[in-house]
Amino acid sequence: MGRIIVSRRRFLRATAMSFGGLLLAGCDQLSESPAFRRRLAGAEALTMRGQRLLLRGQALAREFSIAEVSTPFRSNGTSMPADAQYQAQLANRFSDWRLTVDGLVERPARYSLAELRALPARSQITRHDCVEGWSAIGRWTGVPLALVLRASSLKPAARYVVFHCADTYGGEPKKGGDQHAGRYYESIDLIDAFHAQTILAYALNGEALPVQNGAPLRLRVERQLGYKQAKYLMRIEVVERLDAVGNGKGGYWEDRGYEWYAGI
Amino acid sequence: MKTVTPVAASVIKRHSLITRLTHWINALAMAVLLMSGLQIFNAHPSLYWGQSGFAPGTAWLHIGTDARDPSQGTLRVGHTSFRTTGFLGVSTAAGWTEAKAFPGWLTIPSQRDLSTARRWHFFFAWALSINGMLYLSAAILSGHLQRDLWPRRAELAPRHLAAELWSHLRLRFPKGEAARHYNVLQKLSYVAVVLGLGPLIVLTGLTMSPGFNAVAPFLIDMFGGRQSARSIHFIAANLLLAFFVVHILALLAVGVWNELRSMFTGRYVLARKE
Repeated sequence: MGRIIVSRRRFLRATAMSFGGLLLAGCDQLSESPAFRRRLAGAEALTMRGQRLLLRGQALAREFSIAEVSTPFRSNGTSMPADAQYQAQLANRFSDWRLTVDGLVERPARYSLAELRALPARSQITRHDCVEGWSAIGRWTGVPLALVLRASSLKPAARYVVFHCADTYGGEPKKGGDQHAGRYYESIDLIDAFHAQTILAYALNGEALPVQNGAPLRLRVERQLGYKQAKYLMRIEVVERLDAVGNGKGGYWEDRGYEWYAGI
Repeated sequence: MKTVTPVAASVIKRHSLITRLTHWINALAMAVLLMSGLQIFNAHPSLYWGQSGFAPGTAWLHIGTDARDPSQGTLRVGHTSFRTTGFLGVSTAAGWTEAKAFPGWLTIPSQRDLSTARRWHFFFAWALSINGMLYLSAAILSGHLQRDLWPRRAELAPRHLAAELWSHLRLRFPKGEAARHYNVLQKLSYVAVVLGLGPLIVLTGLTMSPGFNAVAPFLIDMFGGRQSARSIHFIAANLLLAFFVVHILALLAVGVWNELRSMFTGRYVLARKE
């Protein structure tokens, strides 16, 4: 009887390689399966519950010294919205720009940039952590979101605050995955909305917010990643549920597979 | 008349059920975490020291393409650049050449996809942490850590260490009764992983979470900033990979089947001392 002689080394190498190949192909296939993705996404609820339990006292994000500020502050995502309405407002230096506050509030409101600047302000030097992995430190000045929400009085059904932005974003090859274009938006719950460091920022490092960083107004929600910090704000809508907004996941990147709770 | 053959070997109970169970859950979690971690790294293939860092030019480690020839992949560590085309920076899969830091055969998913990699990574990060805590508490409560893993003073004597190292380098491994217990090199590497690198990689991972920073700001100080934590996380992952390579080489040198059986069934054959 003929024997196929396979050395131990060759056998082990072949085993390791086919096991590795199977593992990879299997993982790719699993990544495509909606049921498996839901299982993986279960970790987000665990992370959010865990962090919320530990953050019950509404602990603040670390604030830094002015010496630690990174200049120029890196811009990511849209750096110049091409949308016609935004372009017209930019040409007028945002004199006819208004921030709308509506949805589940007793008194809808509209604010000009000058009106927002006249409200009590908060400045904070915080670290911006991008989901891609980099960090930059900036000094943000703006109106606490809590002030604006209290001025309009939330209705009892209010659960989330949605931020509608002026920019249509066309995807980002370096992140991979789903690349379809869409209007940028974001959302947070009331725990983050009423946090002391959650502000509507109109200034960066003491100057009017540059266009590449979200002029005239952007959100800062300091205990979450960069994609939650919506730029080019147009409208703040208070809602009970997120499934009727956008593609229903609570934000531009969330609709493309990213976590709604971006505290990690 | 039959002759009685001398007993060539004796079978001992090597690993407890909890050790075997947590070992394999850990193996799976580590593999997924490493490979999804490399995919996450690919979204910004630069490492920095300190709190902030966003410009690849200021990175201490960067994987990218040659500025003059984008078809060539490079790894830069400090001021030294290496050509790594085909593996790092530029790689080919299924006939498609692509500029990305780590090649598709090393990442989960194999295609560029940050959000899916994060989903894998955080699911298995929970699995690794819960599994690791289960193992550690069982190891401490049962005395396994103190009895079997913690090196004794005499074993740490330079003479003994040198002798162990010398016999390992000659691929001479303990046999018979001496193989019943871990030798000092095994003890040191297991303790370094279980109490050193393991907790380090979990804590540096948590330090990258902006939510956890508000919970435990002392972690940011401990590791010297978020970008330092990211660098240490990457280095720790590489050291764990190095441990894995040595672990597998040792397995091959000592005897795959006996070791594998002991890790599945707990039973381990002590070879007769010659």
